[in-house]
Amino acid sequence: MTSAVPGGPSGVSGGLPAGGAMRVMGSETEYGIHAPSAPGANATMMSARVIQAYAQVTRQRAAGGAETRWDYTDEEPLHDARGWTLERSQAEPDQLTDQPPVLDAEAVALAYGRQELEADGEDESGTLLMNMVLGNGARLYVDHAHPEYSSPEVTNPRDVVAWDAAGDLVALAAVRRLSADPELPPVNLYKNNTDNKSVSYGSHENYLMPRSVPFGDIVRGLTPFFVTRQIFCGAGRVGMKQDGSRPGYQISQRADFFETEVGLETTIRRPIINTRDEPHATADKYRRLHVIIGDANLSQTANYLKFGTTALVLSLIEAGLAPKLEVHEPVASLQAVSHDTSLTATLRLLDGRRITALDLQWIYFEAAAKHAQDTGVADAVDGDGHTHEVLERWSATLTELGNDRAAAASSVEWLAKLSLLEGYRGRDGLEWGHARLGLVDLQWADIRPEKGLYYRLLARDRMQRVVDDGVIQRAVTEPPSDTRAFFRGRCVSRFGADVVGASWDSVIFDVPGRGRLQRVPTREPLRGTEALTGGLFARHREAGAFLSELLGLPPGS
Amino acid sequence: MAGQEQQQPQSRDTEVDEDVPAAPPASAEGQASAATQGVDDLLDEIDGVLESNAEEFVRAFVQKGGQ
Repeated sequence: MTSAVPGGPSGVSGGLPAGGAMRVMGSETEYGIHAPSAPGANATMMSARVIQAYAQVTRQRAAGGAETRWDYTDEEPLHDARGWTLERSQAEPDQLTDQPPVLDAEAVALAYGRQELEADGEDESGTLLMNMVLGNGARLYVDHAHPEYSSPEVTNPRDVVAWDAAGDLVALAAVRRLSADPELPPVNLYKNNTDNKSVSYGSHENYLMPRSVPFGDIVRGLTPFFVTRQIFCGAGRVGMKQDGSRPGYQISQRADFFETEVGLETTIRRPIINTRDEPHATADKYRRLHVIIGDANLSQTANYLKFGTTALVLSLIEAGLAPKLEVHEPVASLQAVSHDTSLTATLRLLDGRRITALDLQWIYFEAAAKHAQDTGVADAVDGDGHTHEVLERWSATLTELGNDRAAAASSVEWLAKLSLLEGYRGRDGLEWGHARLGLVDLQWADIRPEKGLYYRLLARDRMQRVVDDGVIQRAVTEPPSDTRAFFRGRCVSRFGADVVGASWDSVIFDVPGRGRLQRVPTREPLRGTEALTGGLFARHREAGAFLSELLGLPPGS
Repeated sequence: MAGQEQQQPQSRDTEVDEDVPAAPPASAEGQASAATQGVDDLLDEIDGVLESNAEEFVRAFVQKGGQ
């Protein structure tokens, strides 16, 4: 029970400046998956092949296994140790194999029916890897019937953009690997949220918050903001209604799939505010706010603003300073905003006022800017280094949406997509129901740069970058330096052969010569940083000695 | 810092000293046709990238449920 890691700030903000856009956060992307040459292929099996393919890529990259399996034990509070308290786990290896790190063919058959398995046309008698922890601290796994990349925890919106886009490169590497395999059908992955046939899949955001903030305050403060933020972070969608049966274009991929205001579900009766509460951290201090309403963004500016402005609004809520307004019928309003590409429709507030989505966003902007100025984090020189830029981009984008939509099209994803679609409509005289427009919408999100239409615009500098390509490339293999993801990622890439599992809040070692597994809890998101553990990694090349110093044990114990 | 302080007056001088003839104001029509040209080039490129048989491709993109 020795803490080998030097002490650091352990308050709820954990040392991050409060009041602005800095916060522990992360993204999750479920990719749409499609094998055009094998239309009957089982989606779960294909998704597992994507994970498998990336495992092959990383095995090539680093001898000794650069990636490791997911540890499911964090889904239950097995340990009530608080903070970065290190302890020797009493767990035996066979206890851990109770968890399902692999899906075998039999399990797939039970879950989806044997016919579907056989429709796959291949003998899958072996087991498939379903879950990986990557050297950059991320998780790559099969979620339902989609491959999902969950970014490592970062502290600011710029890093979200980098490590979220790194996930697209991870997915791309898997796609390339599969396309080079003559025995398997090529698989396409799409960073979108619907098949336009009644099915939606998510792109989620996670934000760490102090548990002391009443959930009712979060619901009241966030709902009007979530109803309207799509005007700058919607990804655009061809088709109206869940099944896309009504021709047209709308701002958001996801809006038509939301049916209630607050709730626990994420796949049925989707709520604007999701109440899932697995903190993946010390539970009496933190809440992990799980946001399911966002679109997956390829536009870096849209992604940056999605996270940056939401983090600012959470800071307002924590300070009790969220704008006091309530939208009448939030779900219907959410859809009305999505369906109004002119941005002129007005929303009814409970106090009787009617305002546009743009005006409502300006109200939030003014409140956030004032609070950030009052706390000092917004200063261009002496601030926290992030809030100033978020506020600048937020106000610039709102201004452009109001009076220069052509300029906004280089950052606002739904406008960029719309300008392409309008080009086709103008040149070829296409109605909204035309299949080619549907294809433009779908192929916008193809993650291959030579096929993805977003990437074609990026190559022509028609889309703005927030981070350089080199930064994204580096984030494929490197963890963020300033969260526990650093410790997780480094353990995986340095000691992969001796790490048998990892999760958001633990890393489990199985070191030869030691009788039992060693579980290292990582329950404080802002510990395990490079500043706190970089020296430990620099001193040790071998897992046994590394653990001995970390756990304060004599070697070999 | 010193470099920045020097640069700013320089660029201001350049603006003042050089009597750059103002470009003739582009007509709204001219701007519009330039923009159209850009879009046309882009569409030509994308024509070559789009999957063939749009209708079948879009119809075949069927997903199982997700979150």
